[in-house]
Amino acid sequence: MKTTGKVAGIVSNLVAVEVNGPVAQNELCYIDLDGIKLMAEVIKVNGSTAQVQVYESTRGLKVGNSVEFEGRMLEVTLGPGLLSSNYDGLQDNLATMEGVFLQRGEYTAAIDPTKEWEFTPIAKAGDKVLAADWLGEVKEGWLPHKIMVPFSFTGEYTVKSIVSAGTYKAEDTVAVLTNEKGDDLNVSMIQKWPVKVAIKCYKEKPRPYKVLETGVRAIDTFNPIAEGGTGFIPGPFGCGKTVLQHAIAKQAEADIIIMAACGERANEVVEIFKEFPELDDPRTGRKLIERTTIICNTSNMPVAAREASVYTAMTIGEYYRAMGLKVLLLADSTSRWAQALREMSNRMEELPGADAFPVDLSSIISNFYSRAGIVVLRNGETGSVTFLGTVSPAGGNLKEPVTESTKKCARCFYALNQGRADSKRYPAIDPLDSYSKYLEYPEMHEYFEKRISKGWVEKVLKARNIILRGKEAYDQINILGDDGVPMDYHLRYWKSELVDFILLQQDAFDAIDANCPLERQEFMLDIILNECDKDIEFENFEQCISYYKNIINILRQLNYSVYKSDDFNKYLDQYNKASNHAS
Amino acid sequence: MPANVYQRIYTKLEAITKATVTLKATDVSNDELATVAGKLAQVVKIKGDNVTLQVFSGTEGIPTNAHVEFFGEPPALNVSDELSGRFFNAYGDPIDGGPKVSGDKRYVGGPSVNPFKRRQPSELIPTGIAGIDLNNTLVSGQKIPFFANSDQPYNEVMAEVALRADVDKIILGGMGLSNDDYLFFRQKFEDAGALNKIISFINTTEQPPVERLLIPDMALTAAEYFAVDKNEKVLVLLTDMTLYADALSIVSNRMDQIPSKDSMPGSLYSDLAKIYEKAVQLPDGGSITIIAVTTLNDGDITHAIPDNTGYITEGQLYLRKDSDTGKVIVDPFRSLSRLKQLVIGKKTREDHSQVMNTGVRLYADAANAKTKLENGFDLSDYDLRCLDYAKEYSTKLLAIDVNIKIDEMLDTAWSLFKKYFKPEELGIRQKFIDEHWDKA
Repeated sequence: MKTTGKVAGIVSNLVAVEVNGPVAQNELCYIDLDGIKLMAEVIKVNGSTAQVQVYESTRGLKVGNSVEFEGRMLEVTLGPGLLSSNYDGLQDNLATMEGVFLQRGEYTAAIDPTKEWEFTPIAKAGDKVLAADWLGEVKEGWLPHKIMVPFSFTGEYTVKSIVSAGTYKAEDTVAVLTNEKGDDLNVSMIQKWPVKVAIKCYKEKPRPYKVLETGVRAIDTFNPIAEGGTGFIPGPFGCGKTVLQHAIAKQAEADIIIMAACGERANEVVEIFKEFPELDDPRTGRKLIERTTIICNTSNMPVAAREASVYTAMTIGEYYRAMGLKVLLLADSTSRWAQALREMSNRMEELPGADAFPVDLSSIISNFYSRAGIVVLRNGETGSVTFLGTVSPAGGNLKEPVTESTKKCARCFYALNQGRADSKRYPAIDPLDSYSKYLEYPEMHEYFEKRISKGWVEKVLKARNIILRGKEAYDQINILGDDGVPMDYHLRYWKSELVDFILLQQDAFDAIDANCPLERQEFMLDIILNECDKDIEFENFEQCISYYKNIINILRQLNYSVYKSDDFNKYLDQYNKASNHAS
Repeated sequence: MPANVYQRIYTKLEAITKATVTLKATDVSNDELATVAGKLAQVVKIKGDNVTLQVFSGTEGIPTNAHVEFFGEPPALNVSDELSGRFFNAYGDPIDGGPKVSGDKRYVGGPSVNPFKRRQPSELIPTGIAGIDLNNTLVSGQKIPFFANSDQPYNEVMAEVALRADVDKIILGGMGLSNDDYLFFRQKFEDAGALNKIISFINTTEQPPVERLLIPDMALTAAEYFAVDKNEKVLVLLTDMTLYADALSIVSNRMDQIPSKDSMPGSLYSDLAKIYEKAVQLPDGGSITIIAVTTLNDGDITHAIPDNTGYITEGQLYLRKDSDTGKVIVDPFRSLSRLKQLVIGKKTREDHSQVMNTGVRLYADAANAKTKLENGFDLSDYDLRCLDYAKEYSTKLLAIDVNIKIDEMLDTAWSLFKKYFKPEELGIRQKFIDEHWDKA
């Protein structure tokens, strides 16, 4: 029998419930407001009083309204049809909701139960299987979607029967499994999993060892993120966080992109809704939306569901990872999720930590980041979840709890710099403050040598050094004046400007420059390093400035041209002439 | 507001603070309205039979035996075409001497638009001010604040922008307006002969601060009526959101909540987002655009109010006095319209984006040159040209008294480029140079 209760107190979306039976931490319940069911989650229990956070507006709620507990935690529904869907933080399908406004208590099915899927069995009767082993496959658009032994099945099972190839609905039984005790269990294409629990049905989780290409030079060349790696992008507002994330979502070399719009602007989500169905995925030739799932809890949607949204997204990512796919999960912004935690902690009158955030913020964040990773499945295939979150530091100050907690666990740090954004040097990733720990991994070195070229990492470090020396020279020029420093300072500064303008800066709104494949990045890095190696004699600093400005202008045109096209070759010729002429 | 037949009356208060009263009452619903000794109040906390009410106009003079009447419903506004041309207070009652408005009763602070049902904003809102149209183009369905110091003419600029914008309705939400500013808006709207398309909800400094909390909800409920029911293009002006946030902190403080940064409530982000996210382009053509004012304390944008606002709004506009030209300009470095990419080069000329970026970059080079000059260094020929360019750019394009069409703005920029620079110094795509250089 379900536990029930009565509302005993209300402060905004925190509701106290007097219960008449057992309740579990994080258990779900529904509050009945004159026939409208409001979903809520238990976040604290004290005696017979459960504090629940309500995922909806509590307007009109009264003391005495009845509550029914569900005996389960917040779960997501996993099965074919997740791809290309647009969900809210609780995995309600936004596309199938009625009306223009979101109505309280309107919950829609995550997976269409009426749709038929073309099922092909992989396992056969008599096979011994464990959780997450592949039983069969359906075509989810272009994607071979594996139907797996539900993750919640512990121990070994024997396939008693499996249906033959044909069309089935998601809820139809496709296999019958027998457990060690001899009980038969029906398996459909759908399974459920609690969002806050990591899916761990894999053989091992090695260190990341290959790069995830994003087409953004400032990332791939200078601070690459590994497949299965973690990274975060902190930056004050107006620094291009969202533009950068969208660029990555469009270009990254992943099978599946999951975008968690967490407490951010609705119009940014609309941009994805509008553009992704129209944009081509350069890798598959299909539309971008066909590899994208959107989980969206915009800033005006209920706060409690904001926290759920990132977990929902991660769980869906882990599900596809178990099929041997490359998943890229983008969350914008994790600060809003932390703020949601703060609001609840505040209403529960807990003793606050720094900046009134809950004291366990750091452990919550690192626990979440730890769910990313590349894994080897039991059948030897690999799958990965790469996680990239943005952080919106209060006042643009990186010394705040969310940034600091994230820095402890994320391996790539892409600091967006206000100064760069102000001078329109986009992407505003600071070349000196940012880092990628993956550049230090020996496994990654090996991969770079094979994938790109020998000595790649050394080249990258050299380019970084040019930037660093350029900055030092620039500081001196600023103090001593153009005439007050030796010629060498101007050279150093302008070489760093060359690296900055041609490699670091990239026009996300230019159809060609926006996406720069690794091969092209290698080509450009070689050009720039060669140029910087040249010893050119200038008579005065003005000559030096005009030489480099000219080179920068030509190479920018090169960046705007289709790789190896006639235009490209024309500008390359122009560059070679200008450059040879000088030396 | 009339009480309905379900009203219940209590006469004993358990506790009184400056902004709240607490009493024992039953069958009270969250968010519902009540009157306490005739003053309007709203339920903010219920614990068993202890009910805490926030009294909008403050609790001065409320005795422990005050009459408390519950209405059984949250704040509401009557909406109809009769709203047009009228001035109201925070409760939606007329302050212009006219009759009460009849119409459909709508609860304020209603639900959000399903993000999937929104349309992408795509209509340019021209203002004639090049600092906005050229560098920070506004789009219908956008939400954008002016970040301004108290001494800057933000209300004047905002009124000007509103009157020039091509919209069906303008709704003004005035929070903590000085009486002078209120009269300024009134006069300005009357002079423009535009009163019939303007609706105002006004809380002046003469009225209690907590009342302000109702203003945005009232204004946006009216806006939603015209945008959703009538498919109209609505522009909402909110000034000053800093004073709104101050009122939030007063209430949260009285309710013993733990403050977060700058003694603001921890929920500040969500509270502001609920307002700003009402900006929307609707599927049937209606839209709500929000232009707000957030006053800064001596330009400090790291304060919690502008900081949270910046993360919510789609850009921000800064005004600045340019000491070189004596003009008030729209600061090209710090101002940003995030939605401009949706219209520039699409609804405007193809060269818009590159002209805009180059214009600002050269202005930045001029700023560097100025620093050099101030530090006593010799300036290069390029530096000198930048400085001359900057003066003209500031007067002809950035100044807020400019009122020209966007194509003229682009042509003006090209003529300045040609006057002071060589094509290779611009870094603009060759194609655009070919098209515009000779004509400039």
